[in-house]
Amino acid sequence: MELGIANSGIIFDIKKFAIHDGPGIRTTIFFKGCPLICWWCHNPESQNFKPENFINPKNEDKHSENIEIIGKKVSVSDVFKEIEKEIIFYDQSGGGVSFSGGEPLSQPEFLLSLLKLCKNNEIHTVLDTSGYATEEILKQIQDYVDLFLYDLKFIDSTKHEKYTGVSNQQILKNLIWLSENGSKIIIRIPIIPGINDDNDELNKMRDFISGLNNIQGIDLLPFHKIGKNKYIKLNLLYKMENFNEPSSELMEKIKLKFEDTNVPVKIGG
Amino acid sequence: MNERIKRLRTQSRTVIPHLSLERAKLMTEFYKTGASQKFSVPVARAHAFKYFLENKVICINPGELIVGERGPEPKATPTYPEICCHSLKDLDILNKRQKISFKVSDEDKDYTREVIIPYWNSISIREKIFAQVDKNWIDAYEAGVFTEFMEQRAPGHTVAGKKIFTKGFLEFKQEIHNSISNLDFYNDPDAFNKREELRAMNIAADAIITYAKRHSEKAKQLAEIEKSEMRKNELEKIAEICDYVPAHAPRTMWEALQHYWFVHLGVIMELSTWDSFNPGRLDQHLYPFYQKDLDRSLLTEDEAKELLEAFWVKFNNQPAPPKVGVTAAESNTYTDFCNINLGGLKEDGSNAVNPLSYILLDVIEEMRILQPSSNVQISKQTPDRFLKRALNIIKTGFGQPSIFNTDAIIQELTRQGKDIIDARNGGASGCVEVGAFGKEAYILTGYFNLVKILEVTLNNGSDPRTGKQIGLETGDPRSFITFQEFFAAFEKQVNYFIDIKIKGNMMIERLWAQNLPAVFMSIIIDDCIAKGKDYNDGGAKYNTNYIQIVGMGSITDYLSSIKYQIYDKKFLSWDKLLEILGDNFEGNEEILKNLTKNTPKYGNDDDYADSLLVDVFNIVFKAVDGRPNTKNGTHRINLLPTTVHIYFGSVVGATPDGRKAYMPLSEGISPVQGMDTNGPSAVIKSAAKIDHLRTGGTLLNQKFTPQFLKDDTGIEKLAHLIRAYFKMDGHHVQFNVVSAETLREAQVNPDQYRNLIVRVAGYSDYFINLGTDLQDEIIKRTEHSEF
Repeated sequence: MELGIANSGIIFDIKKFAIHDGPGIRTTIFFKGCPLICWWCHNPESQNFKPENFINPKNEDKHSENIEIIGKKVSVSDVFKEIEKEIIFYDQSGGGVSFSGGEPLSQPEFLLSLLKLCKNNEIHTVLDTSGYATEEILKQIQDYVDLFLYDLKFIDSTKHEKYTGVSNQQILKNLIWLSENGSKIIIRIPIIPGINDDNDELNKMRDFISGLNNIQGIDLLPFHKIGKNKYIKLNLLYKMENFNEPSSELMEKIKLKFEDTNVPVKIGG
Repeated sequence: MNERIKRLRTQSRTVIPHLSLERAKLMTEFYKTGASQKFSVPVARAHAFKYFLENKVICINPGELIVGERGPEPKATPTYPEICCHSLKDLDILNKRQKISFKVSDEDKDYTREVIIPYWNSISIREKIFAQVDKNWIDAYEAGVFTEFMEQRAPGHTVAGKKIFTKGFLEFKQEIHNSISNLDFYNDPDAFNKREELRAMNIAADAIITYAKRHSEKAKQLAEIEKSEMRKNELEKIAEICDYVPAHAPRTMWEALQHYWFVHLGVIMELSTWDSFNPGRLDQHLYPFYQKDLDRSLLTEDEAKELLEAFWVKFNNQPAPPKVGVTAAESNTYTDFCNINLGGLKEDGSNAVNPLSYILLDVIEEMRILQPSSNVQISKQTPDRFLKRALNIIKTGFGQPSIFNTDAIIQELTRQGKDIIDARNGGASGCVEVGAFGKEAYILTGYFNLVKILEVTLNNGSDPRTGKQIGLETGDPRSFITFQEFFAAFEKQVNYFIDIKIKGNMMIERLWAQNLPAVFMSIIIDDCIAKGKDYNDGGAKYNTNYIQIVGMGSITDYLSSIKYQIYDKKFLSWDKLLEILGDNFEGNEEILKNLTKNTPKYGNDDDYADSLLVDVFNIVFKAVDGRPNTKNGTHRINLLPTTVHIYFGSVVGATPDGRKAYMPLSEGISPVQGMDTNGPSAVIKSAAKIDHLRTGGTLLNQKFTPQFLKDDTGIEKLAHLIRAYFKMDGHHVQFNVVSAETLREAQVNPDQYRNLIVRVAGYSDYFINLGTDLQDEIIKRTEHSEF
C-alpha cells in the first residue's frame, strides 16, 4: 500500500537545541503514541496515541493550575515552520531534525510528509525508532532518513514480548533489511540490570550486530529512574521501582564487550 | 600560580576597601593656595595633578613586580570632591551599607566636615549640573526615566591603543612642543586656548615621569635595607624600570606592563573616569615584547605568566570609587569595568590570536578575581580551539571571559564612520560597548527606562507613583481605537524624553569641558595633541555619546500583552487592565496566568512578540542616532543594563506582562526572566532580530548548569550556538553557569526559572520539570562540581 500525504499528526513536544539526538544541534519532534509498552520507558506520556492529562499529585484539589495537557494535534506545515526556524543552527553544527517519540513509524503518513519536506529542503534527518513497523512502511520512508537510531532491546523474543508487549521478529527483520539496503544506523541498547544485562543476552546482541552492515555506532543507554515522576502524574503503575541503575563499572564492562564488533561504542546517547 | 602570586592575590582579596582622603586633601591644599587663580583652567588642573603626584604616598608592596597604587595602599580608594563632594551622611552610608561599603575613619569624617565640605560643596561639578539642567530634566531624573553618568563620575570610557606601548612621555612632550610650534595665531581664533591646553598636557607629562621616578627612588631605598638577595635584585630591577618608563618607550614585557600601569594610574588619579579605562587588546600589544624577550632569553613562559598575574592583582587593588544616590542604586559594585580584550583581528584583517592569547586565558583561569574583567573577541577567522578554550574557563562558573563578535564590532564602528583600520584595532569595553581604542571618547551618558515611559503613556503623561505630570498628555489609553494609535502615543513620549535627555547632555558636556578638562588622558588619546584640544572637549579623533536603552525584553512583553489581550484577542478591556495593574494583580490570578503563560513573549523566536521588539528598537534608534553632541560627534544607542534594571524596576508599578510592581525589569536584550521556554537557540534567534550593527553594543545573558558543559559535546554545541548567533550579527553573549544555590532558588520559585536547562543523564531537560528528588540529586551534583 502506498503511503499518502498527511496534513497533521499528534506530537507531545518539539525540542529545540537538542544535542543528544544525533549529530550537531537538532530539533527533535516527539511523536505521541507507541505500540510498545517498555517497562523502563522514561517517556510514558509518549505511549498513548491521544492527548492526556498530567496531574500534579502534590495538590489534591485538582485545581486547573496542576493539570497540564500532554499531546496536541499539529499540522505538517506548522511543525515544518518550527523546523525551518533553526536551519542556521543545523548548518553551523552539522545538525538537523530528529523524529522521536513515541514511535514515529506509527504515524507513517505524517512522518513521511515531514521527511519529504526536510529532504526537499536539504535538512538532515534522523529517525529514532523501535523498528516496530511493517516492512512496507519502512521501505517507503527509508530513502528520506539519513540516519537511523535503532533500538535493540533483546534478541530473545519471549523476553522482548514480556517486557515491551510485542514480539521482536519484525523488528529484527527490519533492522537486517535496513542494514542490507544502505541505511546508516546507530544501534541503541538500553542496559537494564536484571532484565537484559546477562552475558547470554548481551553476547547474542553483540553477535547479531556483528553480522550487520552499515552500523555507524553503538550507544549503550544506562537505565535510569528519571521518568518515575511522570508515571505518578499519569496515574500509571511504575514497574521499575525495585530495579537498580547500572553502575559505571558495569557499563564500562559492557562497553568492552561490544567493542568486539569493531564499531565505535559510546555510553549515553 | 606560584607562591608570590598567591600571596599578592590573597592580600588583594582580603584587604577591606576603605576611603582615602589623600587625594582630596592634596587637591584642596593646592587649590587653597590660590595658585589656580593664576592659570587658565587646563593649566591649573595640570598643576593640581602634578602637585598630587609629587606629594602622594608611594607604595611598593612586599613581593610586588609591578608597582604603584592609586591610594596610599591597596584598596585605599580616593574621592574626587571637585566632581562630587560627599556629605557626612554620604560617608556614614558608605561606612555602614551592607554591600559595597567603604570604611571611613572618624578622623576623615572630621576633616571632611572642617575642610573639604566648606571648600568644595558649592563648586563641585555635581552641584553645577543640577543647577543648570531644566526642571523637566529633574522631574524625569527623579521619576527614574533616565540616569545621568556625569553627575558624580567623569566622562571616561576610553581604552588605550597601541601607541601607549610604543611611545614614552618624552616623545609625547616633543609632540606637544611641535603642536605648540605649529599654532597659527594669525588665522586660528582658537590658538590661544590650544596653547593653554597643550601646555597643560606638557605639565601632566612631567607629572607622570616624576611620579614614576619617585617609585624608582623608593625601590632603591627598599633594596638597600632588603635582606633577601633575590628580592634585593628585584627591587633594583624595579628601580631601573621605573627610572626608564614611562619617560621612554618600553623595551621588554616587564617594562611594558609597568609603563602601562603608570598610565593607568595617571588616568584614574586625574579624574574618576570610573568606566573602563584598560589596556585594550593586551595580547596584541604585548606579543612583540614577549617574543623579543623569549628570543633573547630574558624571559621564560612561566616568568611571563608571573608578570601578567602580578599585573592582574594591580587592577584588583583599585575598587571603583564609591558611588552614592541614584548612581549607587544603578551600579553599585567595586568593579571599575576594566575589560581586557583577547583575540579578534589584526589591523590587516587577519586572525590575531597568538600564543600569548592562550597564556592570558591561563592567567584569567588561575586568577579568578573580580578585576580586571576579560573577554574574547571571536571573528569568523578565530580558531575554534581558542573559543573552546574560553568556554572551558566559562564553564567553571566564574563568569569570565565574555564573548564578542569581532566582525559585528567592526561593522558597528565603520557604520558610525570610523576608518576600518581603527575599527579593527578596536574592541569592546566596560560591559559591551564598542570603541576605536586609543582614538575615541565614547561617553555613556545615562540609562533610559522605556518601561517607565510606557507606564507614563498608560497614565496620559503622569507618573502613577507620584501623581506628577512628567510626560506629554498623549491621551487616555481607553481612547485609542487601534494598537497603532496607542503605539504612536508611546513613540511621542519616547521622543519627548529623549529630547530632554539630549538637551541635558549638551549642557553637561560643556560644563565638563569648561571646568574639568582631562589633560593627562588627552596626552594618550589621539588626536588631542594634534588638535590641541582636551579629551573632554572633542580632542579625540572620534567623539560618541551613548544613551543606553534598558529592558528590551520587558518592553516587548509589555506591548505584546496589550496588543494580544486588548486589541487582537479582546480578552481584556483597557478598564480591566488598568484596574488589575492598580491592584498589582491581587485577586486576579487567572488573568495573571493568561498574561504570563498564554501571551506571546520575546525570546521564543515568535514573530508576534519579536516584531514589537523591532518596532521599539526603530523608534529609539530614530530618536537618538546621528544627533549631534557638542564635540563634533554624535549620539548613538546601545542596549545594556549593568544592574540598573533593578533600580528601573523599583520605580515602575505592575506591568501588563504580569510583572508585579517594583520588581526588576529584564536585563540587556535577554528575555524576561523565565519567559523564554523554547531553549537557547530560540533566544538567540529572537535576539538576532535586533539590528545589532546599528548599536554600539548589546548584552545577552544565558544560563547553563555546569553539567550541561561538562563534556566536550556540550562545549562543542555551545561553540556552534555562538557561531550561529555571530553569523546573524549578534554582538555579544555571556554565559552564566548557575550554582547549586540558584538551583535551590529555582525549586522554590519555579516560574522565575522556566528557562533553566540542566544536564540530567545522557540528555538535558528543564530543571523545573524534574521531580523533586531528581532536582535534589542535581543540586548535589552541582555542588560537587563547584569550586
